[in-house]
Amino acid sequence: MSTKFNVLDHEMVPDHQKMTDSEIAELLSHYQITLEQLPRIYSDDPAAKAIGAKIGDVIKIVRKSQTAGLADSYRNVVKRPKK
Amino acid sequence: MDESMLAAIHAAELPERTKDELIKDLDGKEVTAEQFAAIMKGMQHEYERTRIEPCEACGIVAAQSLGEPGTQMTMRTFHYAGVAEINVTLGLPRLIEIMDARKEPSTPTMTIHLEPEYSVDRDKAREVSWQIEAAPLHEFGDIITDMANMRVEMHIKKEVCDKRKIAMSEIMERAPQKIRDRRHYRDFESEGNAADGTIIFTPKNETYQNLFQLADHVRNVIVQGIDDIERVVVRKEGGEYILYTEGSNLKDVFEVEGVDTTRTRTNNINEISQILGIEAARNAIIDEMKSTLGEQGISVDVRHIMLIADMMCMDGEVKQIGRHGIAGEKESVLSRAAFEVTVNHLLDAAVARESDILNGVTENVIVGQPIQLGTGDIRLIAKPLNQEN
Repeated sequence: MSTKFNVLDHEMVPDHQKMTDSEIAELLSHYQITLEQLPRIYSDDPAAKAIGAKIGDVIKIVRKSQTAGLADSYRNVVKRPKK
Repeated sequence: MDESMLAAIHAAELPERTKDELIKDLDGKEVTAEQFAAIMKGMQHEYERTRIEPCEACGIVAAQSLGEPGTQMTMRTFHYAGVAEINVTLGLPRLIEIMDARKEPSTPTMTIHLEPEYSVDRDKAREVSWQIEAAPLHEFGDIITDMANMRVEMHIKKEVCDKRKIAMSEIMERAPQKIRDRRHYRDFESEGNAADGTIIFTPKNETYQNLFQLADHVRNVIVQGIDDIERVVVRKEGGEYILYTEGSNLKDVFEVEGVDTTRTRTNNINEISQILGIEAARNAIIDEMKSTLGEQGISVDVRHIMLIADMMCMDGEVKQIGRHGIAGEKESVLSRAAFEVTVNHLLDAAVARESDILNGVTENVIVGQPIQLGTGDIRLIAKPLNQEN
């Protein structure tokens, strides 16, 4: 029991994918931004942990948007700051 | 419409929904290549026209779009949400709660969906609810405070245990343990008799005060279910049984057998961000705000709500809107000072030798300069018509 719970299966959790280095470079040059300007996600976030993302990775999130149908979003994996 | 047109639609830089609508509209119609090219050009043009332009003050538009309907909301609407007398905070207090990113809402509640084999059978749904609803020991039998012998006697009724699908031995083991661990009361000894289901509790110091204190702990210790969930209501909705709860504990509920872990949700956004992650929290904020406003007959465009949810979830955890969150983390000193506790911000900025580069809207309004929005964003250089060179 309890092993069947998978964060990524929940209907509120959109699709998370790790991006390759070349995809990240393309993304940054397309929007002309630096990595720090992306929204962040903590490395201990349940969804980030589920796909095995490490600090420094970029996660592509394909959201089910209420206006556009599907919408891409990106988050930079960072360490949770100590309070 | 042929295959190449379909491929052209899918390759176009348009939102998925627009593409789907276009495909639905064109389906089964005769379209020539020229007509199709014209349609695609028109679509592209229309789409680009509806996009937000750079330097549009979308934040202020969102704030006002939500602020004005907010003034029309009934101030205090506590209301039995139509669902079997479970009390849920709604209206303005709930909206404030969401935007303040409180650690716990004032009325935490869960909507628990069940797996197919449990959701169609009322008895099975009820069984799941017993695993979830916190049940104190006094519901399982009689408790006698024996003052002559200075002890508390608990007689567990077997029928109740059978009905609630819990073994008598489990209760006998759990009750003293949970009084110690959960209620932090340790000055007692207990002795169980498995044959007739009696537990005898004796206080360490034989005073009446301790005896009554112990009796109180014995009566109220939770022996079955999840401690935070005070009440569970089973309702049939759309052909399946759904459990509504008072109190919320997503993590423990997910471990109960029969719970559908893909659809069960809570109104505690902080809990969602911890168990399901920041993206789920963003979705929860959007859904909760939309339904809170919708409940009052107010319709705010979901784009404004999405912008607010995006801002709140940008840094990996749910931040509140106020001075401990988004407004307090702004770059500009003047902008921060313009929002609550002005003197403190100015003083701290002076001590830290901060400077303000006057990039934003608020600070430029304060110093009386044109703001970088709309016509203020561009610089015009006039060239006389009859200039020589």
